[in-house]
Amino acid sequence: MSKVCIVFDRLRTEEKMLQKEAIALGHDALMLDAKITQVNTDSKREDYDFGNVVLERCVSYFRGLHFTASLEFMDIPVLNKFEVANICGNKMFMTLLLKKNNIPTPKTYFSFSSESAAENLEKVGFPLVIKPVIGSWGRGVMPLKDKDTMEAVFEIRDITDSPHDRIYYLQELIQRPPRDIRIITVGDEPIAAMYRKSSGGFKTNIALGADPELCEITKEMEDMAVKASKAMGGGILGIDMMEDEKNGLVVHEVNNTVEFKGLARVAQRNIPKEMVEFAINYVRK
Amino acid sequence: MNCPECDAILNIPEDASVGEIISCPDCGADFEIAKKEGSKVELKQAETVGEDWGE
Repeated sequence: MSKVCIVFDRLRTEEKMLQKEAIALGHDALMLDAKITQVNTDSKREDYDFGNVVLERCVSYFRGLHFTASLEFMDIPVLNKFEVANICGNKMFMTLLLKKNNIPTPKTYFSFSSESAAENLEKVGFPLVIKPVIGSWGRGVMPLKDKDTMEAVFEIRDITDSPHDRIYYLQELIQRPPRDIRIITVGDEPIAAMYRKSSGGFKTNIALGADPELCEITKEMEDMAVKASKAMGGGILGIDMMEDEKNGLVVHEVNNTVEFKGLARVAQRNIPKEMVEFAINYVRK
Repeated sequence: MNCPECDAILNIPEDASVGEIISCPDCGADFEIAKKEGSKVELKQAETVGEDWGE
């Protein structure tokens, strides 16, 4: 019997599903709130009970990332690893790594000031999609279809001027059916997939009301998901793909703390069970 | 127990755990279960959605 520690900052259905499956598999499940946990430079593994392996499930990316850093400092096995979380949490780092590994991904332009981004956009031509390098659920993702929209969005960014607002991530607008594909990989193996159908706009995030529908994983999807997972460093990931009418499948995002409650209801495989089993085997190796 | 914001009655399921979010059906305020011992529940203001929240 092993003990799985599920680290959270907001207890959602997913974390409760993981807890339930761990118990059903005969393991102990320890639920730990990152918000009330303290660590210092003298902290040692034996000072805490983090079980045999930790599943880091914080909804706040920075909280989860820094918590993971402190766990790895104490040599506590954690999924996903810090390096994986660090890369997947930043769209620019992730896109660069996808491209470096020859995984088809939309053409993306990076600029480091609003002036330079505007100059590039005028050169490349409208439309491009602006995405914050940090963030999820489609927040701040906007198609820039003309100069007026661009100037308005860039002006707001210059006013708010948060550190990540200075990084301009502009991506080609992919011509595709009004849906994208989410594939969950566990240990580089795709275990379930769904189409996320747009509920009107061009975004397909479930958090925004997109309609999930079971998707059969084709050989092409499988190969691409495996490659993307390996490129990021493995673990438990959500790989997002679009069906580009021009270039076929492209991977546009890899998610580190994947949400799965919708897909779990229709998937043939038991997603939380696979995740827990992978975590247990991860430390047995 | 009652909503700390608007005093409406909050329905907290028996199997609710620490860390779970309870929403007030009347005013919509979100609260996090901070402590739970039997039927004794302590709530705190839930965090609002942050810029870095998500998957």
